Amino acid sequence: MAKAVKLRKPQAQKRGPGKTPVSLKVNHGLHTIFVEPRRTLLDALRKDLGLIGTKKGCDEGTCGSCTVLFDGKPVYACLMLAIECEGHEIETIEGLSQGDQIHPIQQAFIEHDAFQCGFCTPGQILSVKALLDANPSPSADDVKRAVSGNLCRCGAYPKIVQAALKAAERLKS
Amino acid sequence: MKNFQYVNAPDVEDAVSLLQEPGTKAVAGGTDLLTELKERIKMPEILVNLKTISDMKYIREEKDDLRIGALATLSEIELHRMVRERFPILKEAISVTATPQLRNAATLGGNLCQSVRCWYYRHPDVKCWLKDGDMCYAEDGVNSRHAIFGNSTCIAVHPSDLAPALIALDARIRIAGSEVEGELLLEEFFTLPTETHRQSTLLGAADLVTEVIIPHRFGPSNGVYLKAMERATWSFMLVSAAVQLEWKGDRVREARIVLGGVAGKPWRVREAEAMLQGQTLSEGLAQSVGEAAVANAKALKHNAYKIPLARNLVKRGLLELTRRKA
Ligand SMILES: Cc1cc2nc3c(=O)[nH]c(=O)nc-3n(C[C@H](O)[C@H](O)[C@H](O)COP(=O)(O)OP(=O)(O)OC[C@H]3O[C@@H](n4cnc5c(N)ncnc54)[C@H](O)[C@@H]3O)c2cc1C
Ligand code: SF4
Repeated sequence: MAKAVKLRKPQAQKRGPGKTPVSLKVNHGLHTIFVEPRRTLLDALRKDLGLIGTKKGCDEGTCGSCTVLFDGKPVYACLMLAIECEGHEIETIEGLSQGDQIHPIQQAFIEHDAFQCGFCTPGQILSVKALLDANPSPSADDVKRAVSGNLCRCGAYPKIVQAALKAAERLKS
Repeated sequence: MKNFQYVNAPDVEDAVSLLQEPGTKAVAGGTDLLTELKERIKMPEILVNLKTISDMKYIREEKDDLRIGALATLSEIELHRMVRERFPILKEAISVTATPQLRNAATLGGNLCQSVRCWYYRHPDVKCWLKDGDMCYAEDGVNSRHAIFGNSTCIAVHPSDLAPALIALDARIRIAGSEVEGELLLEEFFTLPTETHRQSTLLGAADLVTEVIIPHRFGPSNGVYLKAMERATWSFMLVSAAVQLEWKGDRVREARIVLGGVAGKPWRVREAEAMLQGQTLSEGLAQSVGEAAVANAKALKHNAYKIPLARNLVKRGLLELTRRKA
């Protein structure tokens, strides 16, 4: 095939490899941190912003405990660079409560015993939140699908599903 | 992860220019590349972020085609109305790919260009043939997930679920770059690694996938994607089968059968496809087609199970399409 793209000198600015200012919108607040481009969103949240509710399990996309919402959609914070998140909305588990009032999904998780060790819980709750924001009346199968990227080693799945359905009911009324 | 410089590409032309510099690598969703950076399998000096290229992120209908920009995420494609209505094979393939979180970040271009999952390749301390080393460690090692077709020194399988489904739909791919430029059949985009080109696509270092084009040539609901996996989510295929049929009355006018997880590239089995032409489908014919699909397969020490698995997935796929038609 023929060569066609004309090469020109790109104007875009390179950043790094040293620390560079990165502005992150997290839980509706704007934060500027100084980090190397290789900083993952997960490490930025935990180490630079002190938001340790987002957990570090496998650090390679195979456990789900680092799940956060990126523009409202669940993603793994371990497989994203902080620098790529500029201009996007990040929501972590810390963003759910309002003052002393925990979120109805959190309340439902407590009432239904939907966790044991609790390590996967922030991720489970954020996956459920994204589901309920998009679909206020999910079926049990919808919930199972929504949390299919969140591993629970304690095996609390049935209760996670119950809690999600209960939360859906409450949020509608 | 080794440190690197980072730059947001404003458009395709700039991205291609930036990628000319040795040691530069493109990143889209990052879900595959970051795992390689963390293990130091790849150590680029500069990372070019493609996600800032606004005209590579779309799904649109144009005349007789569905055009999907390389930056569309797997979730966006899965949820798209046209895909659900006309190309269920693609919807089904995406719904069993990775997890919801990964599908929200992973892009179409990245899925087609992802690296193999061979455990020797993924080990940071193993410099196997595919990493420009001297030998393939899987050949005499543990090769239960490896290929049953193909003649490359590398026996790793291509891990993409989207690729077999898209090839079964006769999809084309658009490439922009300095070595390759233009449009070709997706089937021809994938290559078995050779001595001088040790990778699974024909892309050069500064070439980009910009678009995948699906022609509207098959009727709706005539495709199925079946994937055998160790658990129902989060796993790469052991074997998969993408089966797409075009009917004429009760007879098959044309068929596409593409296997995943069996070779270094999606593996189309033309002899098996040809057996279906002009025929009415019966259980017996489905069985024969399944057998023909694996007639040339050769098992390694640990993967003989893949042969009956592939045969039966093809058979089941054909029978499922017959059932759906009725
Ligand atoms: C735990 C886990 C499970 C998974 N399970 C599955 C599965 O079941 N099925 C499956 O199909 N996949 C699976 N994957 C792989 C996943 O689908 C890929 O990681 C993803 O599709 C890659 O897309 P990306 O946009 O994140 O690519 P990136 O990680 O950004 O890039 C991947 C590669 O493609 C190159 N690239 C990206 N975009 C372009 C472009 N436009 N042009 C040229 N080169 C480009 C990059 O340079 C890089 O080399 C899994 C991944 C993980 C981590
Ligand atoms: S199969 Fe390929 S990737 Fe795996 S060890 Fe052999 S050469 Fe390397």
